[in-house]
Amino acid sequence: MNYTFQWGQVTGHIPYLAGGAMIALQLAFFGFAIGMVVGALCAATKAYGPKAARRLVDAYVSFFTNTPLLVQIFFLYYGLPDAGIFLDSYQAVLVGISLNAGAYLTEIQRAGFMSVRRTELDAAATLGFSRLQMIRYVVVPHLLKTLYAPLANHYIVMVLGTSIAAIFGVEELTGRALNVNAINFRSFEIFSIAAGMYITLTIAASASLYWFGLYAFRIKAKVF
Amino acid sequence: MFATLIAEAPRFFTYWNMVFLATAVGNTLVMAFAGCGLGLLFGLGLAVTRAERIVHVAPLRWLAILFVEVFRRIPVLVLLLFVFFTFQLLGFSLHALAVGTIAIVLRASSLFAENFRAGIESVHPNQWDAAEVMNLSPLQTLRLTVLPQAWPVILPPMTIGLVGMIKATSLASQISVLELTFAARQLNQRGFSALIAFGTILVIYFVISWGVARLGASVERRLVPQHRRA
Amino acid sequence: MFLSIDGLSAGYGGTRVLEDVSFSLERGEIVSLIGPSGSGKSTVLRCLVGLVPPEAGRIALDGSAVDYTSRAAVRGVRDRLAIVFQQYNLFQNMTALDNVAIAPLKVKGWPKAEVMADAKRLLDTVGLGDKHGAYPDQLSGGQQQRVAIARALALKPDVLLLDEITSALDPELVTEVLDTIRGLAANGMTMLVVSHEMAFVREVSSRVLFMDRGRVIETGPPAELFDAPRTERARDFVTKILRH
Ligand SMILES: Nc1ncnc2c1ncn2[C@@H]1O[C@H](COP(=O)(O)OP(=O)(O)OP(=O)(O)O)[C@@H](O)[C@H]1O
Ligand SMILES: [Mg+2]
Repeated sequence: MNYTFQWGQVTGHIPYLAGGAMIALQLAFFGFAIGMVVGALCAATKAYGPKAARRLVDAYVSFFTNTPLLVQIFFLYYGLPDAGIFLDSYQAVLVGISLNAGAYLTEIQRAGFMSVRRTELDAAATLGFSRLQMIRYVVVPHLLKTLYAPLANHYIVMVLGTSIAAIFGVEELTGRALNVNAINFRSFEIFSIAAGMYITLTIAASASLYWFGLYAFRIKAKVF
Repeated sequence: MFATLIAEAPRFFTYWNMVFLATAVGNTLVMAFAGCGLGLLFGLGLAVTRAERIVHVAPLRWLAILFVEVFRRIPVLVLLLFVFFTFQLLGFSLHALAVGTIAIVLRASSLFAENFRAGIESVHPNQWDAAEVMNLSPLQTLRLTVLPQAWPVILPPMTIGLVGMIKATSLASQISVLELTFAARQLNQRGFSALIAFGTILVIYFVISWGVARLGASVERRLVPQHRRA
Repeated sequence: MFLSIDGLSAGYGGTRVLEDVSFSLERGEIVSLIGPSGSGKSTVLRCLVGLVPPEAGRIALDGSAVDYTSRAAVRGVRDRLAIVFQQYNLFQNMTALDNVAIAPLKVKGWPKAEVMADAKRLLDTVGLGDKHGAYPDQLSGGQQQRVAIARALALKPDVLLLDEITSALDPELVTEVLDTIRGLAANGMTMLVVSHEMAFVREVSSRVLFMDRGRVIETGPPAELFDAPRTERARDFVTKILRH
């Protein structure tokens, strides 16, 4: 092996890469937020909707959780123009990530709703709680407790998933690493640094979500 | 939309295209099975190495933890590129399929290690005490009583993890492995609509994932006795 | 002395829970350990089988000191001492029969036919002739406890350590288990018994040790210790127990 490491050629690009990391966090955040809404609607449909709608939700969840995100985005990116819908690469990626997240978040939220025990509600009713009090003191704390850890985990998984956006030319962390690589070909150094940044990023995100859960909701969640 | 699909179908589902897709399915399955098989093996090895009741040499445990924490926090795409460029740097010209498999193995080992660990930790410590005072070795204890009790905790996330690895193989298209996603892109570039090209492989992925999920469920039925199922 | 403990101190992660514990057992003798909850009775037994490392003191079997830092020595001790845990600790994934047979098969490598016959006989002696195929969670507490005793006996130990084997049981079940122990005592088994069953302790043991806060406070024959305790703390404890 006669390769000499040239970290110097790469370290200058660290701020640029770090900016990419922020875009990754942001992309994951938007995708997560939209996915939460989609997931909540679907979970509600699963609980209260008509049979046909429930079937549709089942199909959506099982399709999106059993096929690769990358192919889902390819399908949107190259397929939608045929249907007269034109999305730029960032939009296509965001739509793909959101729909994918929606499927997982449907399942997570549904499991959470199902775990609110009838007996707990009955007990609260016997104690003379009003409907609002019941939601405030029984349902919400319970949901927070059961949902916080799986949701936090999924967010971290999504942060890692955003690297797919690079394939569509979105300049997040992986995309920027590819850009730098195209300039100076110090591939090993660049991808070591990018990998290190993902590790740091997800550890920081895990830690923040853990502390946030602890201080905001008094939940000791095992986060990724 | 369906009209164009039907119009295009005879041109798409030709013998040659099917052979092409079959090759691609083969490569997807090779990466998935080799990756998951080795991943299960190494994952169990890592979980065992970091278990305090089994390995008493702390630095060894730390190494296992380090491996797991590093590799489960790197996106598969970056892992692929990293493995790809590392071998290039070492002067090996490794087959792209092997590069893809190695990346999947690294990822699967670290994820599956966590599943095994959660399972092992779910078993009450008094089971280890009982085995230890009877002079059962740590590995005997693991095999004879701990793992059998841990399957209900290990298997459900493991099935999800296996499906995840099948899906992750799609990223190997980026280093030109002729697997399903790469094949679909080629077909798309040769003029077939994205609808039919990507639609077809989505269905194939779905069927494979579904099969693995069924397999997982049947393993669960076999390994978890009726009265201890969650 | 067959088993002697001299100035034993031990603890968990820095906090001492045993301080200078000394006593000994002759072959065929039954000694009981009594004392309030948290006084360290279980810890003494766990030290003897090498689950808690001794921090100071000397434990000797047949006159030769055991080096608890040596794996081989600890294995040797475990070959001769068998413990029945307070919480039974039966292997949850195995039937009663497998629980009893597993160590003789996998550790000792004794012939299978012999081991199985022996295991069945042991389960029959503890009154579980009809429960060979039952899993622990299909057995009552008393039945699990007796499986645990059979499991300990299957290794043909020289000394049996019994940790409050009746404390988690309903009164009806206690009799079954105690009858089993009486049977063993009659056969000359050496035993170290932690128990709250004062009537039983009085009946089977030749000596009783009263422990409090990690120390042995008083030692004597059961009649003496129960009827005329010399120390304040033992008197308190005995009157409390007897009132139950
Ligand atoms: N695994 C452990 N880690 C830390 N401390 C422990 C542990 N096990 C026991 N202790 C502590 O050691 C002390 C002695 O415990 P031990 O179990 O020996 O008491 P005991 O006399 O058997 O009590 P009991 O009658 O309740 O069974 C107690 O203060 C207990 O809190
Ligand atoms: Mg105890």
